[in-house]
Amino acid sequence: MERKIVIPGEMIIEGEDYLPGENTEKRDGKVYSSRYGLAEEQSNLVKVIPLSGVYHPRRGNAVIGKVENVLANGWIIDIGAADSAFLSLMEVPRYVNKDAMEEVLTIDDMVTAKIWSINKRGIDLSLKGRGFGKIEEGLIFNVNSNKVPRIIGKEGSMIKIIKENTGCDITVGQNGTVLVEGNKIEDELFAKKAIMYIAERSFISGLTDLVTKWFTEQGNKK
Amino acid sequence: MAFKRPDGRKITEMRPAEAKVGVVPNADGSAMFKSGKTIAIAAVYGPKKMHPQHQQNPRTGQLRCEYNMISFSVDDRIRPGRNRRAMEISEVTKWALEPVVDLKDYPNQVVDVHINIIQADAGTRCAGINAAAMALAHAGIPMKNMVSSISIGKLDKTLVVDLTKEEEDFEEGEGPTDIPVSITSDGKITHMQLDGMIEVKQLQESIDMAKEACKEVYKIQKDALKKFIEDKSEGLN
Amino acid sequence: MDKIRTTPSTTADRIKQYMKKEGKRFDGRGLEEFRELTIEKDVSIKAEGSVRVNLGKTEVIVGVKMALSEPYADSPNKGNLMVTAELLPLSSPRYESGPPRIDAIEWARVTDRGIRESGFVDFDKLCVVPGKKVWTVFVDIYSINDDGNLMDAATIGAIAAMKIAKIPKYDEENDKVLYDQPTKNGLPLTSHVPVAISVHKIGKSLIVDPTREEEDVSETRLTIGSSKGTISSLQKSNSRAFEIDEIKNAFEIAAKASEVVDKMIEKALK
Repeated sequence: MERKIVIPGEMIIEGEDYLPGENTEKRDGKVYSSRYGLAEEQSNLVKVIPLSGVYHPRRGNAVIGKVENVLANGWIIDIGAADSAFLSLMEVPRYVNKDAMEEVLTIDDMVTAKIWSINKRGIDLSLKGRGFGKIEEGLIFNVNSNKVPRIIGKEGSMIKIIKENTGCDITVGQNGTVLVEGNKIEDELFAKKAIMYIAERSFISGLTDLVTKWFTEQGNKK
Repeated sequence: MAFKRPDGRKITEMRPAEAKVGVVPNADGSAMFKSGKTIAIAAVYGPKKMHPQHQQNPRTGQLRCEYNMISFSVDDRIRPGRNRRAMEISEVTKWALEPVVDLKDYPNQVVDVHINIIQADAGTRCAGINAAAMALAHAGIPMKNMVSSISIGKLDKTLVVDLTKEEEDFEEGEGPTDIPVSITSDGKITHMQLDGMIEVKQLQESIDMAKEACKEVYKIQKDALKKFIEDKSEGLN
Repeated sequence: MDKIRTTPSTTADRIKQYMKKEGKRFDGRGLEEFRELTIEKDVSIKAEGSVRVNLGKTEVIVGVKMALSEPYADSPNKGNLMVTAELLPLSSPRYESGPPRIDAIEWARVTDRGIRESGFVDFDKLCVVPGKKVWTVFVDIYSINDDGNLMDAATIGAIAAMKIAKIPKYDEENDKVLYDQPTKNGLPLTSHVPVAISVHKIGKSLIVDPTREEEDVSETRLTIGSSKGTISSLQKSNSRAFEIDEIKNAFEIAAKASEVVDKMIEKALK
């Protein structure tokens, strides 16, 4: 089956062989979409990739958030999901004096972290692991979280292209919050422009070639 | 003798309709639905945490709808702010849409739908529901189906599709009867109201008429949702 | 209240640095430069005049409605003006349903004052029967998408809608306003076009027409209603202070910008 745009309730494909994957439902031998997006079929598994909508946190996601509050035993972090997340003191990979928690993270600080658990009580974050912690500086902005896989690309191929062309360090949170750090603000804005360019075209196949071409054009303009 | 409509439409003919997705960039989903001179826009925010907290439902997410007419959408200015009519239509709109949205994976959360009528020439709740269903889809809300809405009218003795204000004010014979109906894309009725006088047989007929008209509405909604993505990829693939 | 994603602190630092060092904004504009302005006419044919204003991604709709009523006792031969503004919950996750909050009230009042005090409307000419019947002009403003500077977009919309409004026919015999029969007469307006410019203080810089990202970083705001160098309304907002030199500078920035915006409105209405 060719990739196609579907709307909720639309029949995607008919046939006993097809299995309903993410965002689909099978009724009377037909697979229907339950979300607006791109329908895909791979070895008989049919799924719909949404292109819009709010961020749904998942275990293992690396995210960028903002410190909302400092509690006695940790921090409340806004990661742009319906529920705030909790970062426990125990999940900071070094000794923290309970009386000096604000020296580690204080209200309005930006932080990169990993979701290590989601349960009824809420979302738990951890700073254990490479690259997590307080963000000291850099340009931070949001894209729709559904666009993140395309911005990163297969095995990070897309992000690599952007890094090479802008000289910036780039961290893309699964929640759609992006951190860009470069030598000059101009460079960071250039990287942001490239990321926005990709985000707007996230449903196009062959995006890598397009982005490479875009960078060549931008280079020529300069 | 065939019944003559003031604007010359056939009795089963809808007004020219148009739809567009993404009209409010800030929203998680948004859409415009225009039917003749009636224009509705809808924006969806969420799923997000339900506030106030005491309204949270730990079993499922909830849908919340707000219908509002812009003060200058009608001849006689409407005072801004909530009124009883708007509150009732808000609730009816929610009932029309609730059966198709699936929010069980979002306990304690809410999806807000804000509908504003920019220009009114009858059928505003139907246009609002049509825009809202599109906005919900655009916001990526899990939905079993789409919902399409149309008003069927009885002018004197004749059933017609999609009343205008002028037709709503029709005074000859038995006068006007207004029957707004919303139907899901798999043919279930989620909203029906009536204002006027009609016999059982004819009311049954009106539902068949609404079903046909809603198929047309559905096509407009579907095309607009697809166009929103297609437009962006135009000339690139 | 809903959680609002405001501009992150590190981005705020970048915005300030860039303004101070380069004299520029993230979207490439100069500090005193407005975004592109477009105006679409007649968004509601039910209004006597209505427009959709887009300032970049910020969008408002404004409609003029007119009604006949008895004049106020202290001004028997003058018409009335009423400006309202609503921050629609549709336009941003920041705005909630329910009674207007202080931000919406300020928005409406500042816009009202700017138009009222400028002498833009010739109220004497809105009198139909002295002491008995005068026109009330309602200017209603709604936010559709908030990407910063709703304040100035509102006044731009009000000016545009008032400029294109046509007075409806009055059927004296039946004492009825015939809304579907507009006359050829526009509103009695003067040349004192009350353009409002909000000057924001961001770090050490003064800027106009902030985006939402910038407005979140704004420390304080001065909204200046002026026409051709004459100032007729002011509002200093937010709990941070201006230096005296800054506020003097803001007057000049606003005076210059208001002329530019006045021309932008003219051009957009053509």
